[in-house]
Amino acid sequence: MSIQTELIGLPPRSPSRFASLRLGDFPLIPALILGGIAFVAIFANVLAPHNPEIGSLTARFRPPVWQTGGSTQYLLGTDQLGRDVLSRLIFGARVSVVVGFTAVIFAGVIGTVLGILSGYLGGWVDQAIMRVTDTWLALPAVTFAIFLAAIVGPSMWNIVIILGLTYWTRYARVVRGEVLSLKEREFVRLAIVAGCSKWTIMRRHIMPNIINSAIVLGTLMLGVVIIAEATLSFLGIGVPPPQPAWGLMLSDGKQGLMVGRWWLTIFPGCCIMLMVLSANLLGDWLRVKLDPQLRQL
Amino acid sequence: MKRYIARRVSYCLLSLFLLSVTIFFFVRVTGDPATLLVEPGASEADIAAIHQQFGLDRPLWVQYGIFMVSLAHGDLGQSFYYRMPVMELYLSRLPNSLLLASVAMALSLLIGIPSGILASVRVGRFWDSAGKLFALLGLSLPSFWVGLVLILVFSVYLGWLPSSGSGSALHLIMPAFALGWYFAAAHMRLTRSSMLEVLGSEYVKLARLKGLPQSLVIAKHAFKNALIPVLTLAGINLVIMVNVAVVVEFVFAWPGIGRLLYEGVTFRDFPVVQGVVLMGGAMIVIVNLLVDILYAVIDPRIRLES
Amino acid sequence: MSASPLLEIENLSTHYVSAQGTRVVRAVDQVSLRINAGETLGIVGESGSGKSTLALTILRVLPPAAQIVSGKMLFEGEDLLQKSDVEMQHVRGKRIAMILQDPMASLNPLFTIGDQVAEPIRVHEGAGRATAWRRARELLKAVRIPAPETRLTQYPHEMSGGMRQRIVGAIGISCEPRLLIADEPTTSLDLTIQAQYLNLLRELQRAHGLALIFITHNLGIIAKMCDQLAVMYAGRVVESGPVSQIFNTPAHPYTEALLNSIPRMNDSAQRLTAIEGQPPDLAALPSGCAFAPRCVRALDRCRVEAPPEFTPEGGRTLRCWLAASDSAPRDILVAGGTA
Repeated sequence: MSIQTELIGLPPRSPSRFASLRLGDFPLIPALILGGIAFVAIFANVLAPHNPEIGSLTARFRPPVWQTGGSTQYLLGTDQLGRDVLSRLIFGARVSVVVGFTAVIFAGVIGTVLGILSGYLGGWVDQAIMRVTDTWLALPAVTFAIFLAAIVGPSMWNIVIILGLTYWTRYARVVRGEVLSLKEREFVRLAIVAGCSKWTIMRRHIMPNIINSAIVLGTLMLGVVIIAEATLSFLGIGVPPPQPAWGLMLSDGKQGLMVGRWWLTIFPGCCIMLMVLSANLLGDWLRVKLDPQLRQL
Repeated sequence: MKRYIARRVSYCLLSLFLLSVTIFFFVRVTGDPATLLVEPGASEADIAAIHQQFGLDRPLWVQYGIFMVSLAHGDLGQSFYYRMPVMELYLSRLPNSLLLASVAMALSLLIGIPSGILASVRVGRFWDSAGKLFALLGLSLPSFWVGLVLILVFSVYLGWLPSSGSGSALHLIMPAFALGWYFAAAHMRLTRSSMLEVLGSEYVKLARLKGLPQSLVIAKHAFKNALIPVLTLAGINLVIMVNVAVVVEFVFAWPGIGRLLYEGVTFRDFPVVQGVVLMGGAMIVIVNLLVDILYAVIDPRIRLES
Repeated sequence: MSASPLLEIENLSTHYVSAQGTRVVRAVDQVSLRINAGETLGIVGESGSGKSTLALTILRVLPPAAQIVSGKMLFEGEDLLQKSDVEMQHVRGKRIAMILQDPMASLNPLFTIGDQVAEPIRVHEGAGRATAWRRARELLKAVRIPAPETRLTQYPHEMSGGMRQRIVGAIGISCEPRLLIADEPTTSLDLTIQAQYLNLLRELQRAHGLALIFITHNLGIIAKMCDQLAVMYAGRVVESGPVSQIFNTPAHPYTEALLNSIPRMNDSAQRLTAIEGQPPDLAALPSGCAFAPRCVRALDRCRVEAPPEFTPEGGRTLRCWLAASDSAPRDILVAGGTA
């Protein structure tokens, strides 16, 4: 669910006991999970036992291997077109990883640049950018994303662009705040006095100091973006079939729900949950580690 | 206080203006809005008529003018699929969404606020950790998945609750829960941190120093102060809930505006999509304003600002 | 020493323990004090010397990270450390009251003045609303707030700082306590108002027979208000005794340095005398005397062994090796720790 965190006012969080299996402080399990998902995404071709897009119509709606009717050929069962759930999950990871990271980076770049410009240049540039940001934020992300999807039509790259356009505002806000306080610091003033141009200062002095916040925000946004993508796919306006995306699998699974075909719903949902949970925990840890001041994120 | 309200109202108007510009811009960004504004399979004549109606051959600012004029009249266009004015369609579905959102909000506050208070008063101990876990799950589980799982458990396996439609209180329970789940977690976190902040304040310290029993300190001194940010956000969240209920309404076939938005997208009924988004954004901006005003009434510091 | 003291603190220690249990800040370390009824005891020290923590310890209103590690606190013969929290509630505000430093922060912005002043009266004496509000009005009059009737229904942010602090004072005396602890009550006030406030406190003290513990970093106020004085450094009381004696013949090098650092009108010196160095980190106290690194008269022994508290005559105490020759130690302070 893609909800703006500012409007709902999510307060600072400390890492929960849930992630207490750490090496020292590092949330090992979330990191392993994320790493595992990334690994699966990269090597999907090798790891998946079946073709995720083409199924065998004779093997429709097979339950997972441990239930009656299941088979070792389709470990986690099959869907309405006889496609192997496990393989689709594996390839779905690829979609989630690609869309997730790309969208986060895309939103991050736009948001950071605008945030720096807004914070550093001030004046009407700041006002203009801030007003736009506020307005953008006024629209709930889901609604806005749906609106954009209705205009441009579904495709994986469109989704990335849409998500980027929806979420850059969060970066802009935070980065601007950081820049405002950085502006007062000694080394920036020295650079001004030394005659550096605005652009040089922004590029060489401000930007490197913002990277930390941007990274932390990025990890926190990853979870949000993944859920947003899943939501859009679930509604049928995200990644188009037959490409396997977890949200899309949930949408397919919905039909089988009433007759008890639980595996089509539970497994994709668990994958989403694991990925988002891990991203959130990792982001929390990073936030505390990199800069205690970021606790207000 | 008058100045405060005046300022807020002007922000509101500015935001509404920018909202309309944004929507306007994006509809035209793909080049030819006519493809969106006509039904699929329309004839040449229809397309020409649309060009005429929206002034698509005229300069942009004229188009914007036409756009704003119709908005001012409450005219959001005509739905292709339902063959009725979008505004009428919207208003007919809105009460359903409001009902769902209200119940979901009530649930989220009933769960969120007490657990947040409990977590703050028992910091570091069991309830706090339980609360943090709950909050983490709330953030990480998409609401529609929660809905699907609920259906699986309560409709398919237990057969207690109906899986879709509306009409009785029983129909309301699962969607409200699925929708409210995320917000319950958010409200819990906010209540907790707000309480912690207030509990560390000087006036709470003085209240304890006065010898007031702990229950009075929390219930009277801490609670009211801590609740201000929570209720403020709750007000805004209500409207957000209405808007993001899209998926939940879809899953449970609840006839609200979220479902309407989905239908609009699926049936390629663009006026509906545009209408829902515009109204949604406008509602949020206006509710923000109302909440700000309410804030001013509650908090004497703002009320008496001369 | 006449009748038994109103409040007698012996070897009190309060430590702040970090969440992981790794960092221990010894905010209050083996503090012993006594105050008699009607007396004024001043506690002076730099920021971080433990004065405020000491005050909060007396009333046991400490944050969860703080633990009272050792000691006894006898108030009117009862050990406050043995009391349950409910029993302490009956002590707070009623028998021992406290005034905090920042009046704007101490008053709840969402409730009226009347409500907040009447509150302790209603809780401790079970008074009804009307009675309590009447008492509140009288209290506002007693602290010299003009037009008390209107003030009762106003909110804290509508008053000036001086008035707010008076209201806090009114809350303090509302239930006729025997002891009032004032933690830097004038630090947030304008200079011109400070003197007025101090006079008010003295008046209230005389009128109600209050004992007063006055915490401050301002020696001038001590000179004006207090009978007895305790000097704190790094959580320990380094010197205590009658104010006039200590001012005339300070025994501890820190006290001496403090007194010397006050600029005087007829001083011919060009520069202000400051005390060299920084106060120590209370989580990592040196093994010897805490003041040794900054002390001009430090002996070798001072750097190695922390001095115990000595009692030279005249009702004074002194925690310094320079007193070793004159008197027997009151307690043993083992290297940087407690025995």
